[in-house]
Amino acid sequence: MKIDELLNTPSDWIRTEGPNNKIVMTSRVRLARNLKNFSFPGWAKKPERQKALEVMRPVIEALPEMAQCFSDSMDNIQSLDKQILVERHMISREHAARNIGSGVVINDKGTICVMVNEEDHLRMQALKSGLQLKSVFKLIDRVDTELEEQLDFAFLPRLGYLTACPTNVGTGLRASAMVHLPAMVLSDQINQVVQAVNKLGLAVRGLYGEGTEALGNVFQVSNQTTLGEKELDVIERLNKVILQIIEHEENARCTLLEKRPRLIYDQVGRAYGVLSNAHTISSKEALNLLSLMRMGVDLELFPAQRRPVVDELFILVQPAHLQKAAARKLTAEERDVYRADLIRDRLKDVAKPAVAEPGAAADGPTEMV
Amino acid sequence: MFCDICKKSEATVHLTQIVDNKMLKIDLCEACSKAKGIQEATGFSLADLHVGLGAADEITGDGGLKCPVCGFTQADFKKTGRLGCSTCWETFEQGLGTLLKAMHKSDRHVGKVPSKAAHTLVITQRIKELAGELEGAVRGEKYELAAQLRDQIRELESQLKNAALGPV
Repeated sequence: MKIDELLNTPSDWIRTEGPNNKIVMTSRVRLARNLKNFSFPGWAKKPERQKALEVMRPVIEALPEMAQCFSDSMDNIQSLDKQILVERHMISREHAARNIGSGVVINDKGTICVMVNEEDHLRMQALKSGLQLKSVFKLIDRVDTELEEQLDFAFLPRLGYLTACPTNVGTGLRASAMVHLPAMVLSDQINQVVQAVNKLGLAVRGLYGEGTEALGNVFQVSNQTTLGEKELDVIERLNKVILQIIEHEENARCTLLEKRPRLIYDQVGRAYGVLSNAHTISSKEALNLLSLMRMGVDLELFPAQRRPVVDELFILVQPAHLQKAAARKLTAEERDVYRADLIRDRLKDVAKPAVAEPGAAADGPTEMV
Repeated sequence: MFCDICKKSEATVHLTQIVDNKMLKIDLCEACSKAKGIQEATGFSLADLHVGLGAADEITGDGGLKCPVCGFTQADFKKTGRLGCSTCWETFEQGLGTLLKAMHKSDRHVGKVPSKAAHTLVITQRIKELAGELEGAVRGEKYELAAQLRDQIRELESQLKNAALGPV
């Protein structure tokens, strides 16, 4: 499979249709594994990394899950395409910076991605839409079991799977859910939630993981520890916390609609107004406004069939996706113009938010006549 | 005193955690402490920051160990916060203990075991059992049985030697 085929077919998880998909955008589980007889990629010299890649890549490609797959060495992938893979959460930013001696194998649906020679020899992840951590874990666990039949993984009974960084040793498992929490941000509850989740030993991060901003009110919640807890217990614990977060966000939305409907209508209406009329817009502004429109769909201010348009824009407005669509490199200013054009075009058939509920009337006129 | 992370600004946030009777300390400036999300010390592990900095004093304590397989040293760990190869885990095991306890729920793995390793574990367990029986047989002067048991143990030991993982 060529990279353009992979990038042109929307990944399964972008068409967010999984359970609880109003608030949980994606569920992801990654496992870190290393070969016993090779130095870790960060310490190995180039020939050793290349050799390890030669050992691992054919085994991964031969998996039944990878019957249709994209597979290449990182030095063969153009930097724009690498960036797109990052924007689709298929590879890490660190992996995008790698070249000779590292590789990536991705199935045709974009739901299983294996990074070869990232920080560890293997970083394999499964990704699905909505909240389905357990089924995502089962998928990647099967891949791991199939791989271990052919590869000698570094493992000690006392410490589990050995990794380059002590933070991953043991299960090597990081499970995360990407949650969309606009109402908690609007009602200033988000810091409380982040602190409460931290106290439970889970991490809350921005859209692109460690050290990134929570653009578009999207947060990643994940486990922090990998030693001393079974895989399924970690998944179950995270799942419970996510279910609670969903409940809090839903409550925050209800409360806002009940007590401050004008705030909601104003925010969603402004988002729609700017997005469908802007002629230049930064990616940060676009993501933050798209977040409000997405909440508008959830609250039925826009018809439900508009959800895919908004969800797709979340991905398409990002820099590498824009440049791929434009088929050339764009300066930051050009991107802002191109982005605004794209958004206006996609939203041209979307009618303005419907705020005709009785509550809205009591709150004052919503349209100037 | 300068911040441990940016090494530029004056450190105004000083954190200490006691883990396993050993002290982990870190000094940060206002900006870096905010960037790392430290609002209050609870629910926050200094060990993670130490790994990020590669400044694991615990590990550097017992004089420059060096991994016999890949040549990785403690100084390298201090620089990168990452290990060199799977054997490093055994080489630096002692020093890593405190860090692991601070970072994780415990310092013992309880999750998945690869089937190859599981097989090895089963054989190791069986050898232990047979050795017990052998001792009993010798004590009871049942030499024929003892010889059989000895052969079985030898057979299993050679299986272990051939297995990828070796005895555990």
